[in-house]
Amino acid sequence: MKIISIIKQVPDAEARIRATASGIDLEGVTFVIDGMDEYGVEQSLRLRETGLDAELISIALGPKRFEEAIRTSLAMGSDRAIHIETDEALDPITQAKVLANIIKEEGAELVFVGGKEADWDSAALGPAVAEALGWPHSDWTTKLVVSGSSLSVTHDSDEGSETLTLPLPAVVTTQQGLNEPRYPTLPNIMKAKRKELKKLALSDVGSPSGKTQLLRQEIQTKSRLNKVLTGDAAEAAKELARLLHEEAKVI
Amino acid sequence: MILVIAEHSNGSLKKSALELLSAAKGLSDKLGGDVVAAVLGNDVSAVATELAKYTAKVIAVEDAALADVRAEPYTSVVTTLAKNLDAKAVLVSASKSGLSYSARVAMRLDCPLLEDVTSLDVEGTQVIATRFSYLARVTETIKALALPVVISIKPNIFPVVEASASGTVEDKAAGLAATDERVKVGEKAAAKTGRVALDEADIIVTGGRGVGSSEGFAKLVEPLADVLSAGVGATRAVVDAGWRPYSEQVGQTGKTVAPGVYIALGVSGAVQHLSGMNRSKLIVAINKDADAPIFKVADYGIVGDVNDVVPALKEAVSSL
Ligand SMILES: Cc1cc2nc3c(=O)[nH]c(=O)nc-3n(C[C@H](O)[C@H](O)[C@H](O)COP(=O)(O)OP(=O)(O)OC[C@H]3O[C@@H](n4cnc5c(N)ncnc54)[C@H](O)[C@@H]3O)c2cc1C
Ligand SMILES: Nc1ncnc2c1ncn2[C@@H]1O[C@H](COP(=O)(O)O)[C@@H](O)[C@H]1O
Repeated sequence: MKIISIIKQVPDAEARIRATASGIDLEGVTFVIDGMDEYGVEQSLRLRETGLDAELISIALGPKRFEEAIRTSLAMGSDRAIHIETDEALDPITQAKVLANIIKEEGAELVFVGGKEADWDSAALGPAVAEALGWPHSDWTTKLVVSGSSLSVTHDSDEGSETLTLPLPAVVTTQQGLNEPRYPTLPNIMKAKRKELKKLALSDVGSPSGKTQLLRQEIQTKSRLNKVLTGDAAEAAKELARLLHEEAKVI
Repeated sequence: MILVIAEHSNGSLKKSALELLSAAKGLSDKLGGDVVAAVLGNDVSAVATELAKYTAKVIAVEDAALADVRAEPYTSVVTTLAKNLDAKAVLVSASKSGLSYSARVAMRLDCPLLEDVTSLDVEGTQVIATRFSYLARVTETIKALALPVVISIKPNIFPVVEASASGTVEDKAAGLAATDERVKVGEKAAAKTGRVALDEADIIVTGGRGVGSSEGFAKLVEPLADVLSAGVGATRAVVDAGWRPYSEQVGQTGKTVAPGVYIALGVSGAVQHLSGMNRSKLIVAINKDADAPIFKVADYGIVGDVNDVVPALKEAVSSL
């Protein structure tokens, strides 16, 4: 079976992001493979390690710098990768169409996508890919077992969590708790350099045009009061209650 | 016309449904057309009647297959309604399930998706929205380049509509296909705590590792939350330690909340935590380390030990 992990490269959570008049400025920012996508790569490795006969493929759609995240997934243990290289910022629906075409061509049966991506804060890509393929999906997945041609999963719902069974082929979006992703070892980082990384251009996949347009990006600058009290705990607590009641009028 | 999908749970409307109606009203004023609200479920007649107090036209879609919110049957019903009613916009709550099926609806309608939006505007016939990105550090403004557009609305941001209408309820069949039911739901574990849900809470009291233990939550966090009628949140460090359930986790990989007041007890304020709460209207922090990053985003704070400050704060609040 072919298993595909869709991966993104995103700014490190600790990175300081600046805004300019033309949008956010990612110059000098450290980028990493999206932590949510790592769960997917890890899960595909574990499926193979527990006996599933599978080829593991990473696919990424984004600018040249994404190569680094792709290499990370190869160093973790994926077999090969496909990079559709573009500087264009395409919305998730359009991206999903492009990715679905490649998934179809590859004949994959299981696709992992990060549950919520740390650049767009978007949870749309996984379900949109599933819809484009006409496959079922499981979102916010925290546990997964493949048995024959079906999947048994546990996932987070609005009310708590529930178990689902779904037939393959299927898309699975990941969530914290699914697993603890491994760190690539040095020998595996070296090995990853020799693994196949196929490059495609957006024009190879039909040059889709996006459905949304980014107008502005601004850094959140809600100014805070920063009134910090010190000293005797009981006095400070009383004063805080008074401030919340009389000044902020929230309790 | 603007289509609203109203969420409900255990026989009552969720607050998000009333927020969606106010967002829809804003859109219909500018885009034209009326607002139609739909409720989907197994037994929705009571919720539909309730909803009709807030809006003129309600559609009730009842089917056993809609008892659980599963992405495929919901996608199917919502897409059919949108097409048959010629919707210009489809509004869904950005809950976990809403985020999940709204992306499928946009793909099936082959139309733009505006996800987890915090405000809406219209320019000509194009819908413009703001939303957060980059772990809620950035606010972006995006434009949908065509109609219809599918929009998921971030809970707790838009105002709720007041009851005013005496609307009509019309029943419609779900008309599901067999493939809509490929995903089977098994066991459910409800995260019910008897408290207000985090994404609907006006006040949230969150405990971090500084609270010390699950007993610390029972001794400090819960009693304060009780006197404030607040929801209880937790950091990932706390969830990882097994002190609290994951359903209470606030942050990048947990819930994103924006309550009126967010009270952080023994929380350091890591970026991944801030991304889930930095849009709260007012932030209060209690931490024994004056240099903890949480104080940078706090409106009010106390440098002190939660074991000393929190019981005193609870007393002070009770005697207001
Ligand atoms: C990919 C990824 C995703 C993540 N997602 C999330 C997420 O969704 N949510 C989340 O919360 N975290 C998340 N994290 C983890 C995050 O980085 C922090 O580790 C976590 O938020 C720390 O939790 P904490 O503040 O409870 O603990 P700590 O950082 O250990 O802070 C404890 C604080 O309590 C104070 N303290 C200790 N004792 C007392 C006392 N007696 N009285 C008063 N104050 C006291 C200390 O001064 C300290 O500031 C994520 C991390 C990664 C890498
Ligand atoms: N969930 C989403 N819904 C709609 N548009 C989005 C979403 N996520 C990203 N976009 C848009 O897609 C483009 C790419 O975003 P970025 O990669 O952040 O530059 C921008 O125009 C975003 O606003």
